[in-house]
Amino acid sequence: MGPLVVAEHPSEPAVSFEAVTVRYGKGTAVRHVDARIALGTLTAVIGPNGAGKSTLLNVVSGIKRTAAGRVVLNSCIGHRIAYLPQQSALDRSFPIQVLDLVLLGAWERTHSLRRVSSIDRQRAQDALGAVGLTGLEARPIGSLSAGQLQRALFARLLMQDAQLLLLDEPFNAMDSRTTQDLLEVLKSWHREGRTVVAVLHDMEQVRAHFTHALLLARQCVACGLIRTVLTAENLALARDMAAEWAEGTA
Amino acid sequence: MSVLGSLMDWWLRPFVEFAFMRRALAACCALSLSSSPIGVFLTLRRMSLMGDATAHAVLPGVALGFVFAGPSILAMSLGGFVAGLAVAGLAGVAARFTVLREDASFAALYLIALAFGVLLVSVHGTQVDLMHMLFGSVLAIDREGCLLVAAASTITLIFLAIGYRALVVESVDPLFLQAHGHGGTLFHTLFITLVVINLVAGFQALGTLMAVGLMMLPAAAARSWTIDLPVLLAAAGAIGVLAAFLGLALSFRWDFPSGPAIVLTAGAIYVASSLFAPYGFVSTRLRQARLPQT
Repeated sequence: MGPLVVAEHPSEPAVSFEAVTVRYGKGTAVRHVDARIALGTLTAVIGPNGAGKSTLLNVVSGIKRTAAGRVVLNSCIGHRIAYLPQQSALDRSFPIQVLDLVLLGAWERTHSLRRVSSIDRQRAQDALGAVGLTGLEARPIGSLSAGQLQRALFARLLMQDAQLLLLDEPFNAMDSRTTQDLLEVLKSWHREGRTVVAVLHDMEQVRAHFTHALLLARQCVACGLIRTVLTAENLALARDMAAEWAEGTA
Repeated sequence: MSVLGSLMDWWLRPFVEFAFMRRALAACCALSLSSSPIGVFLTLRRMSLMGDATAHAVLPGVALGFVFAGPSILAMSLGGFVAGLAVAGLAGVAARFTVLREDASFAALYLIALAFGVLLVSVHGTQVDLMHMLFGSVLAIDREGCLLVAAASTITLIFLAIGYRALVVESVDPLFLQAHGHGGTLFHTLFITLVVINLVAGFQALGTLMAVGLMMLPAAAARSWTIDLPVLLAAAGAIGVLAAFLGLALSFRWDFPSGPAIVLTAGAIYVASSLFAPYGFVSTRLRQARLPQT
């Protein structure tokens, strides 16, 4: 069914998954996921490989449709969603400058035809400054390192001024300096009351910096505060479920 | 007469003296200005082969137009347009529902289309008709043909101007556009339609076998000159116009067939560019050699 329904109650969670099932061809990526992501939380989506973590983000962003169930978004989020897919989705050889990439963050205002205003330009410059890329505005994206490109994409997220931020493995293959800097950006979003949902692998990082977690293994294993989700039993359960489907496909 | 004067005379006289040369030049310029930017997007989206295949696929449509309406340029172009779109659409469908990837589906379909087209023209027309459809007849282009090419060029440039930003985003970061609620299919389909329009416009000048010549070669050549997209698009158009002018003049002076002369000139510019232009082979090697070894 259609991807998004906007709820009428501001006291409700930011995102509710209600019996969500998603299929790719004949395979089922996630089955019957019931989970709630509270407003204004820093939520980590964790789970073994192939658990359907990216799929869940795709459903919220509207790229992928649910086969059954529905995703309900809080009305104070509305359509103000920003989504950062894994870097492989981007064509780095395309001749586009860093500033232009960041200015895409203004897409909701400019679309294909409207002029990019001087205010937008200034905001893009500020965003680049905030991620430590001042001076690289005119560089083609192909000349950036993986870390610099991720910083530029975070600058684009800053431009988008979204209420719900969906990040798919944002620190994958990043050096520790970049990870630290970008984690600070994440925390500043949290302080501003925005809801951040990030797919992550590093459990230490999750424990140290995130408030909530959603543990996924094609179904929702646990969801809520970090200490209630990241228990030894829950993690073992997720591993067992992963072993089951690995056998099933072998 | 000075050397410069005789040089000017050698290159320009054919166009000053003969109306058919001026028409051919006008048509090729219009074609270059719209086809080359389309070619730039094709190369950047790694769809060069698809452009080539679609060009050949235009032939059966052109042939059907010819069978039903005789050598009417409008009927042949309309037929070519429908056939090109049909093959592009079918290749997409085949890629989705068979084990073949899209490039393999294209290769299969365009071979079928090409063979079918050649068969149709051979049965219903003469060898000369077939040669014109395969290799073009730019010197025989009339007023109606010129208008058709100009119309195709105008439509393409207008749509490129309107959809430029979306097309760039869809090429560099398709998921970004999808997350903003724009299905990638719409822009992709629109783009494919523009490709087909330009190939149909190119067929009477260069024939279905070489219509991609003024699309891909200037685009590929321009890539070696700049890495700035707007400049790249303009450079590709300029290289196309240059190739058309030089090719036509050479074909007149040396009595070469004009279509191949234009495409070979574009080819020569491409080879020279990829060797000696700022982002060509030699400069890139020199830059690498100058970098400190780490």
